[in-house]
Amino acid sequence: MRVVVDLNRCQAYAQCCYAAPERFVLRGDEMLVYDPAPPEAERAAIDRAVLACPVRAIRVEPAAAEGTA
Amino acid sequence: MRDGTIVVAGASLAGLRGAEALRAGGFSGRLVLVGDEPHLPYDRPPLSKHVLTGEIAPERTTLPGVGTLAAEWRLGTPAVGLDRAGRVLLLAGGERLPFDRLLIATGARARPWPEPAAAALAGVHTLRSRDDAAALAAALAARPERVLILGAGFLGCEAASSIRALGLPVTVVDPAPSPLAGALGQVIGGFVAGRMEGAGIDLRTGTEVTRLEGEDGRVRRARLADGGTIPADLVVVALGAVRNTDWLAGSGLDADEGGLSCDRACRALDEAGRPDDAIFAAGDVARFPHPLDGDRPVALEHWGNAVAQAAHAARAMLAGPEAAGPYAEVPAFWSNQFGLTIKSLGLTEGADAVAIVQGDPRSARFLAAYGREGRTVAAVSINAGRWLPAYEGAIREGAPFPPITGGADQPRPKPVPPGLPAPQPA
Repeated sequence: MRVVVDLNRCQAYAQCCYAAPERFVLRGDEMLVYDPAPPEAERAAIDRAVLACPVRAIRVEPAAAEGTA
Repeated sequence: MRDGTIVVAGASLAGLRGAEALRAGGFSGRLVLVGDEPHLPYDRPPLSKHVLTGEIAPERTTLPGVGTLAAEWRLGTPAVGLDRAGRVLLLAGGERLPFDRLLIATGARARPWPEPAAAALAGVHTLRSRDDAAALAAALAARPERVLILGAGFLGCEAASSIRALGLPVTVVDPAPSPLAGALGQVIGGFVAGRMEGAGIDLRTGTEVTRLEGEDGRVRRARLADGGTIPADLVVVALGAVRNTDWLAGSGLDADEGGLSCDRACRALDEAGRPDDAIFAAGDVARFPHPLDGDRPVALEHWGNAVAQAAHAARAMLAGPEAAGPYAEVPAFWSNQFGLTIKSLGLTEGADAVAIVQGDPRSARFLAAYGREGRTVAAVSINAGRWLPAYEGAIREGAPFPPITGGADQPRPKPVPPGLPAPQPA
């Protein structure tokens, strides 16, 4: 999968860190570190993170779409 | 416009998001993306951060959206010329791509060390592309004895933070009196300087490197203008960017290393200042009149601008400049360094005052507002990103400065000169 977070929008609410703790981590006060290429097996957790984000900052492209380009 | 051919020159963030916006806007014709690098569009912000620390492999940064975009790709084949009268883009290798509309999103490249022989020494790096980051990360993994970073702008400071986090000795040199002086001024830059020194960075401001010297083809030391010497076996040149407009030479468009001029609808301007209705620009390469700064032409190297301006250009391409309206996004960016999240809204350039309006630098959590001639022009948050959106309206409207007074922790903001460089004559 491919993930990108709009860090202009991100307000460090950390909801993604609860939804997918293996792939989203908050360091310090508000610095989000995330895996831009998480394994497809974690799709459900990543989707939960997308939905949990209060500012809609996370965008995901599932692996199924990656093959075409 | 719904069909025909649209070519996008540039396959990074602006090119990709522009192409996506064209499809989302109903364009069903032929869409071709041309990129000079062999890679699909990738995200650059991690390159100076977690790619350098080895936490994210460079090839994992490909952007979402590339797989679902219905487009043809020409990667590893830079645009080398533009036949404006014939509406044809010329590619390296000889291919001629005819277009009905062209979106120019060729971005910028790292400004190299000015002396070519020294720039070519082993151990001298720039940091702009994914391949640059991979090469630098590999060099860092070999544990150099001292890393020297030339330039304390955002890129230089982020790289310094990441490299210091690896436990390596780092020296940063910049001719300005503080880091980030050009973007944030010396007041906020001075705060960041304290953080850098607290992290163990050997920070040398107010001086500059005049010469890089090597032995056996490898960099060994730098000579300073003040006569000193810094031994370094790895050098990161972070001296800013040059817009990729060389390939437009002879096209008749108004372009130079500061950008390709365009109007509020993102239409490229010719040398007489007339818009070309078929050619648009977006992202780092686009120099456009900014309504927040009296329509002074600006070219922004911001992630958010690449996304928003490319979408605006796509609207103007499909629906026409009048329907799209003027591009007027409030500039925004972020940076992570030395445990700080720095976020900015507006344009600090030319500001004559700065005031801490919320929080306190002693707690490393505060918000600084910038004023110009009594109007609010920008706001910068340090570890206080949730406070920042409240200032967007004041910046957009040019509200009286300081914008918000009577806060519990800063009841009487004290404006001081921000220590920004003198404004460039127009």
